[in-house]
Amino acid sequence: MASPSAVGIGPDAPDIRLGEEARVADFFALLKPRVTALVAFTGFVGLWLAGGTAHPFLAAVAVLAIALGSGGAGAINMWYEADIDARMTRTRSRPIPAGRMSPSAALGFGVVTATFAVMTLALATNYLAAGLLASAVLFYVFVYTIWLKRRTPQNIVIGGAAGALPPVIGWAAATGTIDLFPLLLFGLIFMWTPAHFWALALYKTEDYARAGVPMLPVVAGLAETRRQIAIYALALQGFALAPWAVGLSGTIYGTGAVALGAGFVALALALWRRGTVSLARATFAYSILYLFLLFALLIVDRAIGR
Amino acid sequence: MPITDQHRRKRGRNLALAGVLVALVILFYFMTLARMGGGGS
Repeated sequence: MASPSAVGIGPDAPDIRLGEEARVADFFALLKPRVTALVAFTGFVGLWLAGGTAHPFLAAVAVLAIALGSGGAGAINMWYEADIDARMTRTRSRPIPAGRMSPSAALGFGVVTATFAVMTLALATNYLAAGLLASAVLFYVFVYTIWLKRRTPQNIVIGGAAGALPPVIGWAAATGTIDLFPLLLFGLIFMWTPAHFWALALYKTEDYARAGVPMLPVVAGLAETRRQIAIYALALQGFALAPWAVGLSGTIYGTGAVALGAGFVALALALWRRGTVSLARATFAYSILYLFLLFALLIVDRAIGR
Repeated sequence: MPITDQHRRKRGRNLALAGVLVALVILFYFMTLARMGGGGS
């Protein structure tokens, strides 16, 4: 039996309880800042493209709320996946598996942050946007994290719907409606997600296998994953060019989308043929740049091109 | 009582929380002003 001091009782007990070591930076890390930045940016683009009559300050609050909703969902995800994170080299230094924060503190922080984000969005803009944000958070937590992640290699395909919603939320925040344009942007991010995450999974396959997560390379093998990445990269181009094809964006966006898409497809095809780790890393890195530049082009095109 | 690293962390968290609460007051004050000015969608 453990001595009283070892379990935190008595005069010789350590002064630090689990969770007491957490720094502000650890709470910030729970928000998955890099993912959240991309989510907030795509949400901002949706809001900006919609135009609308929203007050600039309320529009800024809406983008902040989208970011906090994403961050809160990320914190809840880290609470639920602490056991997986502890077994993966990529994630074992996160606050919970590293022992710097108690799981309950992370859960509380995530729930409060996400709830605050939804309520703030409702107050600053409208109930449609807030409802969409709540749906994205709930879908990410219950459908992706709890239901799909440990059960199927299609986890990130279906779960990608949560990450694809921010442009729709931004649009709804500005206008109170949903239109074709944000739905096309939803489709774009939805089709982008598999190639992005499977490129990462290709060079972290051992990590995922050790953690028991049925990512596609673990279940179907590296060659099949590379083939699927190429297929999704090609199919993605249809969605990337759709805003230009239906006349919602101009030639600046269309030209840029063709050039960026050619780079993505070329990388994906090279990865399919050769399958090196460096190509998988390059595809993953390029996919992030690709989405960021594509959405930036939508703004540039609208601002100066039409 | 000596100031330990744990105390410093706790103080940092408390200050951050105080900052968040002040930011919330400012946020909701300006949100209210913007909404009252008819700036909602």
